[in-house]
Amino acid sequence: MRETHELETIEIKLLLEGIFRYYGFDFRNYALASLKRRIWNTIRSERLTTVSGLQEKVLHNPAYLDRFLLDISVNVTTMFRDPSFYISFRNKVVPLLRTYPFIRIWHAGCSTGEEVYSMAILLQEEGLYDRCRIYATDMNELVLKTAKTGIFPLKQMQEYTQLYHQAGGGKAFSEYYTAAYENAIFRSSLKENIVFAHHNLATDTSFNEFNVILCRNVLIYFNSSLQERVHKLFYDSLAMFGVLGLGHQESMNFTPYEKHYEAIERSDKLYRRIK
Amino acid sequence: MKNIMKQLKEVINYTAELNKKNFEIVVVGTSLGGLQALTVLLADLPQSFPLPVVIVQHRHKSSQNRLTEFLQQQSSLQITEAEDKEPIAPGRIYLAPADYHLLIESPWDWEFGVDENYFTGWGSAAREPIDNSKSPIGKRGNPTFALSTEAPVCHARPSIDVLFESAADAFGEKVIGIILTGASSDGSQGLAKIKAEGGLTFVEEPASALCGTMPASAIANVEVDWILPLSKIAPCLVNLLTLKN
Repeated sequence: MRETHELETIEIKLLLEGIFRYYGFDFRNYALASLKRRIWNTIRSERLTTVSGLQEKVLHNPAYLDRFLLDISVNVTTMFRDPSFYISFRNKVVPLLRTYPFIRIWHAGCSTGEEVYSMAILLQEEGLYDRCRIYATDMNELVLKTAKTGIFPLKQMQEYTQLYHQAGGGKAFSEYYTAAYENAIFRSSLKENIVFAHHNLATDTSFNEFNVILCRNVLIYFNSSLQERVHKLFYDSLAMFGVLGLGHQESMNFTPYEKHYEAIERSDKLYRRIK
Repeated sequence: MKNIMKQLKEVINYTAELNKKNFEIVVVGTSLGGLQALTVLLADLPQSFPLPVVIVQHRHKSSQNRLTEFLQQQSSLQITEAEDKEPIAPGRIYLAPADYHLLIESPWDWEFGVDENYFTGWGSAAREPIDNSKSPIGKRGNPTFALSTEAPVCHARPSIDVLFESAADAFGEKVIGIILTGASSDGSQGLAKIKAEGGLTFVEEPASALCGTMPASAIANVEVDWILPLSKIAPCLVNLLTLKN
């Protein structure tokens, strides 16, 4: 059994090295356990049998790459995921932000944008949106395209409405979108101060100084060395006393930047740069 | 008489083989009725239990820490929800957090297998090829948890299959997999993978389980090593692991 594992691991390393060298997308430091799952799901859905077979397809057929990128990156997201995070943000972070004349927010790894629109709604309700600029970035052009439209499946609105209210929202959620056929088209005023842009956390550098950086459930797909790189990137991109928001089961523990932050709300993974 | 001797020999061989394995981790999957079942299972694990126990209990996505708190009252071992990149420690009980898949990252540092020089060292043609024919590639590091928000598997996130498959992948034959009461077929594939890698498999007896669907599905899918009533599983596990020492 061990030999097949060894071969599989070599094949995966070769695939990732090939994609990095040829296309520049760097998955070499992704967390292996879940990456392996997604690679095998791709192999099965393309009706192939080996990792090497997938490598041949991806390297010799650039059209294949887009599909591969979609399969390999995880783009499952929800509006107001973990409602308590938004409550803590309202109660603990918004008061800090009120003291700033202008607020720059970086939403790193925004995927199809559900959480960016959630934050825009929160900021509008708190009367801060006009002073904000949200930079929403992802490495995947296709998901950014969806994010830019601000159109999400109507069938999800029931769940989102519930989450919105649990997250402290006081209005009728339907005020924020227009239903058209199967879709919910979100109010364009929510998009006004959002800049959607391409940025790859594995290879790109800092591009501004921010008061808030949100990166939720993205770092879980990276191994510790890539996590370290990204934490350095965030640290370098945060203004002093700037706020970093992570996913519910992510934390600053086990990272070298632990001491540079204090917890604003430990259970909701909101931290503040203090050094 | 000859037959009995043969059977006895088989049992002895089987036990001897198990003893060689040095199990490293126990994974448990359960769904409907799991709360009661886990209460029984965990209460019977002594404070000296030598392995980490990792549990997927199907749960609502907004369920909070109450599950951990409740189960903690039943156990003398420390119970926590697994965090991303957390090192896995023996004698601890870990729960998959709500709305995430929980995976186990291999303790083998595969980086060694194909290192930087392998690709960039074209110039040094005289470089000796790395001899890894006898030893596995890489060196042993610490096993850690990894989380994922990928789509639900069998309608479940956390999914038992995802945990079990990654455990089998990371620890091979050193995994003990246990399926308890439940109303889906989640876990069957994962248990099959554990078995295929040479690990040990336990399933709660369907007839006496609160909901026999999940155990029955596992039994239909896998040649299970032990099918036991709930109350016998932990004692059997403890016997197996302490006999060795």
